[in-house]
Amino acid sequence: MIDFILAPWPWYFSGLMIALIMLSLFYFGKTFGFSSNFRTICAACGAGKKTKFFDFDWKSQQWNLLFLAGSVLGGYISANFLSDGQALRLAETTVTDLKALGIQFDGKMNPMQLFGLETLGQPAGFLTLLGGGLLVGFGSRYAGGCTSGHAITGLSSLQWPSLVAVIGFFIGGLTMTHFIFPLIF
Amino acid sequence: MKGLKFIFSGLFFGIVMSKSEAISWYRIQEMFRFQSFHMYGIISTAVAIGIVGIYLIKKYQVKDVDGNVIVIPVKEKGWKKGIFGGTIFGMGWALTGACPGPMFVNLGQGYWAFLLIIFGALIGTYVYGILKDKLPH
Repeated sequence: MIDFILAPWPWYFSGLMIALIMLSLFYFGKTFGFSSNFRTICAACGAGKKTKFFDFDWKSQQWNLLFLAGSVLGGYISANFLSDGQALRLAETTVTDLKALGIQFDGKMNPMQLFGLETLGQPAGFLTLLGGGLLVGFGSRYAGGCTSGHAITGLSSLQWPSLVAVIGFFIGGLTMTHFIFPLIF
Repeated sequence: MKGLKFIFSGLFFGIVMSKSEAISWYRIQEMFRFQSFHMYGIISTAVAIGIVGIYLIKKYQVKDVDGNVIVIPVKEKGWKKGIFGGTIFGMGWALTGACPGPMFVNLGQGYWAFLLIIFGALIGTYVYGILKDKLPH
């Protein structure tokens, strides 16, 4: 049991749990959708005074901010108490591909080469992360949801707009990975 | 404490996403290079079980914790927002290796750089809010 908890969890277990989280939120009278929190935070910061899109009762979304806070805590607990420190078992082909781009696989969750604090001090690294976040924030709101709202909740409820959005996610992800990465890394 | 169940749901989400490495930049690269089934396995299992769960919720008119019949929200129609917005989102997803949820889970993991990414996402959302009426949906 302890070994199971400490080792990486298999995809089918994780998939099952994510579905259960989505269904629990329905049971709690809410809908699984993480990116709405960005809109809520903008509204809570007063963006509604100037822009109609943020002029809504953001306090009704406080539950999602609690979910957000819980997820930060979940990351902290996993990293500090539920990990056996084993290197991530990345596909060899991916390791090779990334190496060709000059990104060394370091066995961690994310490459420190891109996410280390020293990277933030360099203009290129700083702009990459800020720009990446900007694309996610803009794109998820434009598309009307992110992976949780469209790929999980939307596809589970068999909605066409969500399938279109997921196709969009992949057009963007494949373009970035195969055509833009060679230019920026 | 009515909010406690949401904190726990989020906490469990953070643990599941961490323990299955779905928050990993590397795993997202593996996915977009079609070099592992892992991420596809997670998403397709979640969707398969989700389809059954939502079907049952609708069929038996399951009630939520407050006694109201659960209504599954309907997504707004239109394909342009999905293709244009989705493509922009996907580019950011591949670049940062994180969609919105994992950004915060990664922050909890101790990757402080995600604060900058989250800040970027807030700006992106704000810019969308300003431009919304000028964009094709």
